Amino acid sequence: MEGNHFQRQAAYTRKTLFDQGYLDEQFIQLEDLQDDANPNFVEEVVKLFYTDSARLIRNIDLALADNSSHFDFEKLDDIMHQFKGSSSSIGANKIKKECTQFQEYCNAGNLEGCIRTFQQVKQEHATLKRKLESYFQLTRQDR
Amino acid sequence: METTGFSSPRADAFPAGLRVLVVDDDPTWLKILEKMLKKCSYEVTTCNLAREALDLLRERKEGFDIVISDVNMPDMDGFKLLEHVGLEMDLPVIMMSVDGETSRVMKGVQHGACDYLLKPIRMKELRNIWQHVFRKRIHEVRDIESHEGLEEIQMMRNGMEQFDDGYLFCGADLISGKKRKDVDNKQDDRHCGDPSSVKKARVVWTVDLHQKFVKAVNQFGFDKVGPKKILDMMGVPWLTRENVASHLQKYRLYLSRLQKENELKASFVGMKQSDISSKDTAGNVCLQNSSTTSQNNVTNGSYVVCGNKIPIKNVDSKICGEDMKIASVQMAEPKEALIGDVTDPQKSSNSRIGLNHSFAQIGADVKYEPKIPARYSWTDVPPVKFNQEHKPHFQSQSWRAEVQPVQFKQEEHKPHFQSENSFSHLPLARNHIQVDCTEPILSHHPIPSTNEKDKQADISPNCITSRSQGIRIVAPVESTAELFSVKPESHLTVCQEFEPIPCSMWNTKNHSLEHILLNDLDSSQRNLILGTGSGFRLWDEELQGYSPQGGFHPQNAGFENIESLAYNNQELIADVPPLLYDSLNFDYGNPSETMEYPVMDQGLFIA
Repeated sequence: MEGNHFQRQAAYTRKTLFDQGYLDEQFIQLEDLQDDANPNFVEEVVKLFYTDSARLIRNIDLALADNSSHFDFEKLDDIMHQFKGSSSSIGANKIKKECTQFQEYCNAGNLEGCIRTFQQVKQEHATLKRKLESYFQLTRQDR
Repeated sequence: METTGFSSPRADAFPAGLRVLVVDDDPTWLKILEKMLKKCSYEVTTCNLAREALDLLRERKEGFDIVISDVNMPDMDGFKLLEHVGLEMDLPVIMMSVDGETSRVMKGVQHGACDYLLKPIRMKELRNIWQHVFRKRIHEVRDIESHEGLEEIQMMRNGMEQFDDGYLFCGADLISGKKRKDVDNKQDDRHCGDPSSVKKARVVWTVDLHQKFVKAVNQFGFDKVGPKKILDMMGVPWLTRENVASHLQKYRLYLSRLQKENELKASFVGMKQSDISSKDTAGNVCLQNSSTTSQNNVTNGSYVVCGNKIPIKNVDSKICGEDMKIASVQMAEPKEALIGDVTDPQKSSNSRIGLNHSFAQIGADVKYEPKIPARYSWTDVPPVKFNQEHKPHFQSQSWRAEVQPVQFKQEEHKPHFQSENSFSHLPLARNHIQVDCTEPILSHHPIPSTNEKDKQADISPNCITSRSQGIRIVAPVESTAELFSVKPESHLTVCQEFEPIPCSMWNTKNHSLEHILLNDLDSSQRNLILGTGSGFRLWDEELQGYSPQGGFHPQNAGFENIESLAYNNQELIADVPPLLYDSLNFDYGNPSETMEYPVMDQGLFIA
């Protein structure tokens, strides 16, 4: 049946995401929460994350663009802290790592480093989104 | 799911149906936690704002068994929420954060968290949260038990005046036999919804009740009084000694924490405000506590705001009722300092309100005449803490205190204001906060003599509080540069957390604040008189919007405004609800006694 094909594909994609470190254990926790009452729970949560994180990313971009003489690293760290916490909710492993790196630069007062690292963060953020979207499409296929 | 988590006859059902309130500003986490908790068969309510959570808790007094909250939230610090809940509702609170640093975890525990979870949170961690609820219940029962036993013993020892908290627990041993039976009884009582049962209806420490408590405690000295005396003094018939004892424990813990923080801050400021400790200001909540004292030392006008600030930070806002106290405390301090002319600010203020006094105190050490507006500034200043609810309170307070003409000297201030970021943070320091500048400001000249009322020595020119309507926080414009100069540094360190409140902001907000304040007053449950969460929110928003770094432009603007503002104390006073007055007066009456209290306690209660 075609369903099997999609199922296999979905399973493979999922495994890759874990093997390549895009996702961690938290994602499995989400999967465990999915049940008959909430059959699309994981996808809903991921969607929610991407909607909310877009706002945080915008805020960080704004904060990084601040040209005032006294740069507020604390505020930057604050927003990043929120973003990191949010990323941890879906098990976004690579994003989390970049966030940690960002925070290190922040603590060191290295704006240049922060800007560079944030580019990485955004990249990982976009990559994961793509991958998860195609993954969910596959899982939907065999329903 | 049952409504009550504990029903002894259905022990197997527990912990199913545990009523959990989850507070987290992150919507993703909120959704996940909700699902996880539902899977544990708990009854979940979610909230993404701390203030909303507090409102919800206050509305449904017995509606929740446990609260889980994130540490970092935009509208209110998670630790503050924690303290509030602990003091007001006495519910177990679990903190969560993605940050697992030891210092943070320690802070959580210090503030009373019964557990601290690290994100990402696992299901199994949530499955066990019921133990905290259960543990608390057991302890409560034990307390009641011991209390009952104690009463018997009390009869035997009539002469004894003070019972230590520890004593209560000792009593438990004597009645171990009764324990089990009573536990069951108690649970049944609760289950049957018998709130009047002496056994143990959970006591909700409302602002009102807490105020009574603080009042009573202050009569004797928080560190030496025993629960019996407090209970007697409070005169609340349904309250048990045991209730008071456990609340006293928390209160002391809170005070000592504040004290430590204050000391830390005070060192920044460079002055130890002994004045502050005096409790002149009764409970006004506003932040003022320690900050004011620092002010005094500083002699500089800045005092007011800055000094207060410090405490503000410390004030964990826990206290709703305490807020009242705090505000008053702070006020008291500055007062003295400020009023050079005033012979005895305290006296004058006594009549008025504790607050006034405090404001005047600021100058206490200083005794400069016009310089320190302290008085006015107080009202302005206290807000520093404003993030919390205090702010609104403070405002109102200041009004009263203000009464005196606000001498507003702008001259040197301006440069000062600009320089310090921290200053800007301190809304008060600058005093610019003018909530409502509608009224003309008192003369600009810092005239030491009291114009209006003679009550207080003239107030600092800096503080200009105008408007009866709103709270006008007028940053004391220090006519003398020195006033501010001194402070800035100290404030800087202290005020860091405080974001400057642009005057313009205040002006606009003024109305809403006032509204909020008044609203708050109406509800007895509300924290405070000064303002409820919503009020604070207002302040918070304002503050938050204001980036400390940016330099405080509005401040300057504020100055101008201040000048134009008319100061009308009287009106203000009228606005202040009588409730405030009472509390203020109360504390004010015992300046000497207040001395023994750390400034902190005032501040503590600021939510």
